[in-house]
Amino acid sequence: MTTEGFTGLVNHRISPWFVIHNLIICMTNCPTLIVTVGLPARGKTYISKKLTRYLNWIGVPTREFNVGQYRRECVKIYKSFEFFRPDNEEGLKIRQQCASAALNDVRQYLADKGGQVAVFDATNTTRERRGTITAFAEQNGFKVFFVESVCEDPEVIAENIVQVKLGSPDYTNCNTEEAMEDFKKRIKCYENSYETLDEVLDRDLSYIKIMDVGRRYLVNQVQDHIQSRIVYYLMNIHITPRSIYLCRHGESDLNVKGCIGGDSGLSPRGKEFANYLGQFIQSQEISDLKVWTSQMKRTIQTAEAVSVPYEQWKALNEIDAGVCEEMMYEEIQQHYPLEFAMRDQDKYRYRYPKGESYEDLVQRLEPVIMELERQENILVVCHQAIMRCLLAYFLDKTAEELPYLKCPLHTVLKLTPVAYGCKVESIYLNVDAVNTHRDRPEVGISTYSHTDTDFVADLVNIRGNLCYA
Amino acid sequence: MIQTVQQTLLQTGQRLLWVSSCLDLESCLDLERMDTQTKWERTWEASVPQLTNSPTLIVMVGLPARGKTYISKKLSRYLNWIGVPTKVFNLGQYRREAVQSYKNFEFFRPDNEEAMQIRRACATNALEDVVIYFSKEHGQVAVFDATNTTRERRISIVSFSKEKGYKVFFVESICDDPDIIAQNITEVKVSSPDYVNCDKDEAQADFLKRIECYKQTYVPLDDEKDRHLSYIKIFNVGSRYLVNRVQDHIQSRIVYYLMNIHVTPRSIFLSRHGESELNLLGRIGGDSGLSPRGHKYATALGGFIKGQHIKDLKVWTSHMKRTIQTAEHLGIPYEQWKALNEIDAGVCEELTYEDIQENHPEEFALRDQDKYRYRYPKGESYEDLVHRLEPVIMELERQENVLVVCHQAVMRCLLAYLLDKTADELPYLKCPLHTVLKLTPVAYGCRVEHICLNIEAVNTHRERPGNVDITRNPEEALKTIPDHF
Repeated sequence: MTTEGFTGLVNHRISPWFVIHNLIICMTNCPTLIVTVGLPARGKTYISKKLTRYLNWIGVPTREFNVGQYRRECVKIYKSFEFFRPDNEEGLKIRQQCASAALNDVRQYLADKGGQVAVFDATNTTRERRGTITAFAEQNGFKVFFVESVCEDPEVIAENIVQVKLGSPDYTNCNTEEAMEDFKKRIKCYENSYETLDEVLDRDLSYIKIMDVGRRYLVNQVQDHIQSRIVYYLMNIHITPRSIYLCRHGESDLNVKGCIGGDSGLSPRGKEFANYLGQFIQSQEISDLKVWTSQMKRTIQTAEAVSVPYEQWKALNEIDAGVCEEMMYEEIQQHYPLEFAMRDQDKYRYRYPKGESYEDLVQRLEPVIMELERQENILVVCHQAIMRCLLAYFLDKTAEELPYLKCPLHTVLKLTPVAYGCKVESIYLNVDAVNTHRDRPEVGISTYSHTDTDFVADLVNIRGNLCYA
Repeated sequence: MIQTVQQTLLQTGQRLLWVSSCLDLESCLDLERMDTQTKWERTWEASVPQLTNSPTLIVMVGLPARGKTYISKKLSRYLNWIGVPTKVFNLGQYRREAVQSYKNFEFFRPDNEEAMQIRRACATNALEDVVIYFSKEHGQVAVFDATNTTRERRISIVSFSKEKGYKVFFVESICDDPDIIAQNITEVKVSSPDYVNCDKDEAQADFLKRIECYKQTYVPLDDEKDRHLSYIKIFNVGSRYLVNRVQDHIQSRIVYYLMNIHVTPRSIFLSRHGESELNLLGRIGGDSGLSPRGHKYATALGGFIKGQHIKDLKVWTSHMKRTIQTAEHLGIPYEQWKALNEIDAGVCEELTYEDIQENHPEEFALRDQDKYRYRYPKGESYEDLVHRLEPVIMELERQENVLVVCHQAVMRCLLAYLLDKTADELPYLKCPLHTVLKLTPVAYGCRVEHICLNIEAVNTHRERPGNVDITRNPEEALKTIPDHF
């Protein structure tokens, strides 16, 4: 493949090196400002963080801007709910300043720092405040999309307060009852001036109104692709407690040989792991467990031992290593030293010739993630690169970290969503296996290289000449 | 004693089903030891699991001329394409069969007892057919396309479904824009069998009176009273949606789809890349550049597109050289989708059909037996293609004027979606090189214009040969392959 210079407004080079970005980045021209709306303890921050995590994972640079945090930086010590009283002039002034500071940072992020989406996380409960934000966005050429969360269920609200408010920096010196009381009074301060998004008055705005934690949605004037994806995502997430179990297949015959890819069966130790996995799952006594595997022998053989009906996804198949399939790292180093080095330089975006990149994997795993969000208790038996992608989504890891996440064989990760994140328990099932993890090598030196001098010579070639047949 | 043993044989994405006389599972799993008494056939595991359990009954709600039939047909086409067997049950059709000739709107008057009885009987018949579709014809989703404008009618449908164990999902279309309604009537009602003997204005006037008959008893889905039902309410052709209690995966997909479709007039242009170097040699797959004739086509395509004066045209290509080189000649910015890459022929990449016959004769035959589901070893099937193209289709629905420069198998999949072709027809749709297809949505379907740009190219279309048995001889296998250098 040669690098050809293309004329035209978009410059694309065909090479495994320059990967053409996911359509979504091409689709959105203006940056988007997502604005949350709702009384305190309605899940705005939960939604903001989750949405930000999802968008970043699919490759849309997104950042959240929580006004509460700006307020905490400005007003070092939180005394009581009185700060939020609508007649507290001084409090109002400070809060307005914080909102402005946050919007300023939003502008910088979207206009100067390559951000694509900014999530402005605040109550934004008055039409006046929302009008100011809309004007700000228009001035700067940003699209606006409102996400309102409406909930009147006192149990849900109380649970929210317990999960995320009591542990907030605002209440470090209060006991539970005091904190609960104060927070409830805080909510009251907003209630009188709360103007919900109105079907008639706000009919020209783009928004989704989420009612009762997702029982009901009102969607108005979706403008473009990214807003449509955001709506789809928000309509698929839920907060029902559940756990996600991730593990790789048992050790395979090719693992033992030190080869990547392929479609081999389990080694004897791999079979042992499968049995132990079955026992472990039984012992957990999980209600209504779903089991997913890929369509490769080694995950299917592993799931067979669990004795729960399982479903196969082609999308969970291991990364396609193209011309390097079934080779050992030493062989790749020998036959494709250039490729090997380039992969180490950008492991996330590097695409194996006739194969895939981690970035491709994320795109093919997106429907799996969407369905995982809909599900409850679930065990996913998959592969190293796949598990890294899924883990990066759940634990909010960057594209740089993703390809180096540690996912050893014979270890189950139990992820339980809690507060704004995920609790992770790592359970090693005590069956030995080879180590298939390869750390990011230091610049210019491969951890698997036999002859460093040969390798350095190759590196010189890389710098000198980016054309390859 | 014959025992049917069905096991997921642990090969990539394949399932082996065989009838065996051996009761010993262990020896059954060892293919090499299979004796001549056993007979086996291969099927391929679908790339995405079947995520639906109970059948789903979608119930349309709305006054006449609100787009219910348009939505029903489009939704059904989409669901069938992604592999969910779906059928539309249009009450109007049942009524036309019961009452052979339509006189006028008086039939629909709410005080017309005789007509009411007929209409009720039709609804019962339609629901009986739904039961047959689900229980005997392997249907997964049925769309009950009728006005269903009274709470009484909807309650009876809900209890019927509960009894049978079907899930119910309502789709209500609400529209009060008189222009849209008038447009609907012109596009699909005036030409309906009901008005075959009327002139346009008569038909229009009668239909408006028909709508009035329903308005008197119309009770829309209510926020409070219907809060336990699962439904989506579509306002004014999609400017606003109200979604209540989505129960499962398929309902979530249906909502997502309905929220992405629109009725703004536009055209979709489909074309393959220009003839490639590998095309000339009769080789499949690969990533070669354009032949000289291919470049000619690309230039001609550029001229054609300019001549069409298309407003705001978006151009999409795959990541493969030949589509990109084709788009380059257009002089318009284009976007690349990896999902538009040609079907991966795995071990058969860059082989000619003769090579495949020589090196993989059995695979070649299996492919002819079930070209839609057949998956090349280490490659893909048409079925896999459809799943990878689903986001492309979703975005195509959102867009307006688009030109998609793609590949033979990919174009077949897109065409099958747009023209409602079955899985059996899909792999044999004719998509010749150097021809542009212009698809314009009209009424309930798509108008297709074939524009051949008059640049010579090889033929790459291979018809299904007469003999698809694995025991066939090479001549029979190669009978239908197109000529090449």
